[in-house]
Amino acid sequence: MALQTNKPLNGRRRGQSKRDQATLQNGVVWTITAPFALYLADQTLRRSSAQVRSEEAKMLGIVSRKVLGQSLGRIRPAVWALRNYSSAEKQMTVRDALNSALDEEMSADPKVFLMGEEVGEYQGAYKISKGLLEKYGPERVLDTPITEAGFTGIGVGAAYYGLKPVVEFMTFNFSMQAIDHIINSAAKSNYMSAGQISVPIVFRGPNGAAAGVGAQHSQCYAAWYGSCPGLKVLSPYSSEDARGLLKAAIRDPDPVIFLENELLYGESFPISAEVLDSSFCLPIGKAKIEREGRDVTITAFSKMVGFALKAADILAKDGISAEIINLRSIRPLDTPTINASVRKTNRLVTVEEGFPQHGVGAEICMAVVEESFGYLDAPVERIAGADVPMPYAANLERMAVPQIEDIVRAAKRACYRSTAMAATA
Amino acid sequence: MASSFLSSGIIQPLPLRSPDKPQTLFDHLKTTSTFLGSTSKLRSVSLSKPNLPNPHRRSTVVAVSDVLKEKKTKSAASSSQLLITREEGLELYEDMVLGRAFEDMCAQMYYRGKMFGFVHLYNGQEAVSTGFIKLLKKEDCVVSTYRDHVHALSKGVPARAVMSELFGKATGCCRGQGGSMHMFSKEHNVLGGFAFIGEGIPVATGAAFTSKYKREVLKEDCDEVTLAFFGDGTCNNGQFFECLNMASLWKLPIVFVVENNLWAIGMSHLRATSDPEIWKKGPAFGMPGFHVDGMDVLKVREVAKEAIQRARRGEGPTLVECETYRFRGHSLADPDELRDPAEKAHYAARDPLTALKKYIFDNKLASEAELKAIEKKIDEVVEESVEFADASPPPPRSQLLENVFADPKGFGIGPDGSYRCEDPKFTEGTAHV
Repeated sequence: MALQTNKPLNGRRRGQSKRDQATLQNGVVWTITAPFALYLADQTLRRSSAQVRSEEAKMLGIVSRKVLGQSLGRIRPAVWALRNYSSAEKQMTVRDALNSALDEEMSADPKVFLMGEEVGEYQGAYKISKGLLEKYGPERVLDTPITEAGFTGIGVGAAYYGLKPVVEFMTFNFSMQAIDHIINSAAKSNYMSAGQISVPIVFRGPNGAAAGVGAQHSQCYAAWYGSCPGLKVLSPYSSEDARGLLKAAIRDPDPVIFLENELLYGESFPISAEVLDSSFCLPIGKAKIEREGRDVTITAFSKMVGFALKAADILAKDGISAEIINLRSIRPLDTPTINASVRKTNRLVTVEEGFPQHGVGAEICMAVVEESFGYLDAPVERIAGADVPMPYAANLERMAVPQIEDIVRAAKRACYRSTAMAATA
Repeated sequence: MASSFLSSGIIQPLPLRSPDKPQTLFDHLKTTSTFLGSTSKLRSVSLSKPNLPNPHRRSTVVAVSDVLKEKKTKSAASSSQLLITREEGLELYEDMVLGRAFEDMCAQMYYRGKMFGFVHLYNGQEAVSTGFIKLLKKEDCVVSTYRDHVHALSKGVPARAVMSELFGKATGCCRGQGGSMHMFSKEHNVLGGFAFIGEGIPVATGAAFTSKYKREVLKEDCDEVTLAFFGDGTCNNGQFFECLNMASLWKLPIVFVVENNLWAIGMSHLRATSDPEIWKKGPAFGMPGFHVDGMDVLKVREVAKEAIQRARRGEGPTLVECETYRFRGHSLADPDELRDPAEKAHYAARDPLTALKKYIFDNKLASEAELKAIEKKIDEVVEESVEFADASPPPPRSQLLENVFADPKGFGIGPDGSYRCEDPKFTEGTAHV
C-alpha cells in the first residue's frame, strides 16, 4: 500500500542508503502497525498531505524512526512509526540518532568496530548500540571484560595499526581508569611520532550528571579532556548534533572524545531530511547559533543548551534578546563564532555543568578577553556546577547543577537588570 | 661440541600443549611448557636434585640455568646439528654488536652533553632483542618500553635515524619530537616507545587484535604477529594482567616477552613480587609460559621461533620470560648503587656477545677475522650516525605546532585543496566525504 501524496515520497536525495530506499519503495507498511496504517491511508485520501502532517504531528506527539537492524525480511510489529512521507518535520531521539550514526558508519567502513562493556548482547548499557551485534556480529561489536585500561589500550593499539575503533565507556567517569591511554598513547602519539602514527579512534559515552547517581558517576569531563592537545572533544546537544558529530568523529583520523549526556538520550528533536542522509556530517570545531539575539550571548553545550534556550524564552519576556551558542565542539573551541557574537551583543554568559575552576567557561572568558575585550560592556558571567562532588539528595543535586533560573539571573546581571546573586552551594 | 653456555647442540622443541581445560596446578607445571627452556619441565624431571631453586636467593635464576645446562647434556638427540647457519650467525652477531656499540656511543654522547633527558640503555640484554626481532617480517609489530633503542635498531630503523632522534634533530625518526623513550617508525612497524611501564602492553594487544581482525573480518591475508617487550616491574601492573586475559580470551597473535633483568630501577624483583616466577602467570590465563636464559641468543631464538609460529598459526598468545641483566644502571642518571658487584660480575661473565662469538668459533661458522670485520663495520656505522646527527639541523620553530593532529580541521582536505569542513556544502546530503 503506497501512500499517495502530492510530494514525492522521498524527501531525500540521491545517495540515500539502499536500506532507506528499499524501505520507502516497499512501503511504509513494513514498519507501521496495521491499524495505524489504515488510519493514515484513510486520512490521506481525505485530506491534503500538508494537513495530514500537521495533524499527525499533534496527535502522535513524538515518534521516532527505528533505523536499523531490519532487513526487509524482518517485519517488526512497529514500535516506532516511520514517517518519511514528508520532508519537513521528523522527530528523532538522540539515542536513535547515535544508533543510526554508528550503524551507518559501521556499514560504510569495515574497519570501524565498536567495543565496550555491554555493547553487544545487552544492546548497550543505554541501548545506544541496540541491534548492532545482530547486524555486524561479535567480531565487530565486542563485549569486553571490565578492564577499562586494558581495552582502551587495545583500542588505541588497533588504531595505531590501521583499524577505526569506537570505544564506549559506560560513563566517562570510568574513563579515568583508562585516561593514561587516552592522553598518553592516543592524544600524544601523532605528535611524538611526528605524524607517522595517527590514531583514528573515538571514545564515546555519557558524561556529566544524570539523576541521583551520586558523586562518582556525575562528573563532567569536558574541561579535563578539553585541555589536552592532540584530542578533539565534541559534545552534542540535539539529534542532529549527535548524528552529524558522531559520524564526523568516526571518520576523523584523530582521537575524538565524544561526550554524550544520559538525560538527553531519550529526548526527541525535530530533524530535517538532510540529517537522515547517510553522508551527513557536521564539521568539527564549529559552533552553532541556536537562537539569534542582540543583547547577550549565552554559550552552552550538551544539556545546558536546552536550559539556555528555555532561559532565552524567559528573558525574551523581559525584553532581553539572548543569543544562544551551542558549542558542539569543546576542542577545538570555535572562538571566532563566540567572538563575533560577543562583538555583536557585548555581553557574555557561559554555562556549563562541570566544576567551575579551570572549566570551559573560564577558557571561553579568557578567549573573549584576549580578542574582544574592548567590546565587552559587562564582566563575563560564568555559570557552572557547584564546586562540590555531586550530592545524592535530590534537592541538593538540583542546587549543585545549574538551573534555568540561574542562567536567567546571570543574563540579567550581565545586562545590569538585577542585583540578586545566584545561591551558592 | 662442548660450548659451555650452550650444552648439547640440539634443542628439539617439543610440541606445545596449551591448557584449554581447567587443570590442577600440578598438571599445569607438567603440561604448560614442555619446552626445554622452561623450569617447569625441570621441576617435574629433576625432583631428585637437592638444590632446588629457592626463590628468595638472588642466585635462583643462575641455579636454574646451571641445572638446565647439565640436563641438556643428557639429551638423547644427536649432537651434530647446528642451531644456526653461518649467515644467520653472522646476522645475529652483527645485530648484537650494533646494539652494544650503539648504546655505548649513547653513553659517551650523553656525558658529552649531546644527548639529554632520560636515556635508558640496553647493554647486556641484546640477546633478547636480537633473538626475537630477527625472526620477524617487516609487517610484524614491535612495541617496547623506554628502553627501546635496540628494539628499533633490530627491527630495521637506521642507526642514523635513531641517533638523530636522540640528539633531538629534525632528521630523527620522529623528527626530534619523540626522544629516547618514544621511538616510532611506521615503516618498520615499531609502535613505540612508551614511558609508562605497562602502557605498551595494551597497545601491542591492540595491534595483535588488528591483525586478527584483518584476517577474520576484512578477509585479508594477514598473519602478522606482535611482540610486546616489557620488564619484570611491569609484571606487577594491572594492565599486564588485563591484557593476558584478553589476549588469551580472543586468541590474539601476540607474544608477551618479559625482559626480567631482576631490577626495576633500584627495586629488586624479589622484593616487589609475591611470586617472582613470571612465566607462571601465563598458564593462569590460559596461555603457555616459558622461561628462557636471556643471555643466550640461540636459546632465546629457539623459544621465540615456537612462540611466533604459534601466534602465526592462530593458536593464541604466549608469555616468555627471559632471564637477562642490564650491565648499566636503569638510566644514565642512575648511580646504580644497590646492585651487588658480585651479581654484576656473574652476569658480565655471561655476556651474550662473547657467548655467541664462542659458539661461532667452536662450530667453525666464521673466522676471527670475519667477526672483527663486522665489528669494524659497525663501529663505522655508529660513528657515521653520530656525525650525521651532529650535522643535522635542529627542528625549525615552525615545527612546534605541527603534527598535533593528523587532520587539524576535521577529516581531510577536499579535492579542491581546502579543508572539507569549510565547504558550505559539507553538511548536505550530497557532500561526498
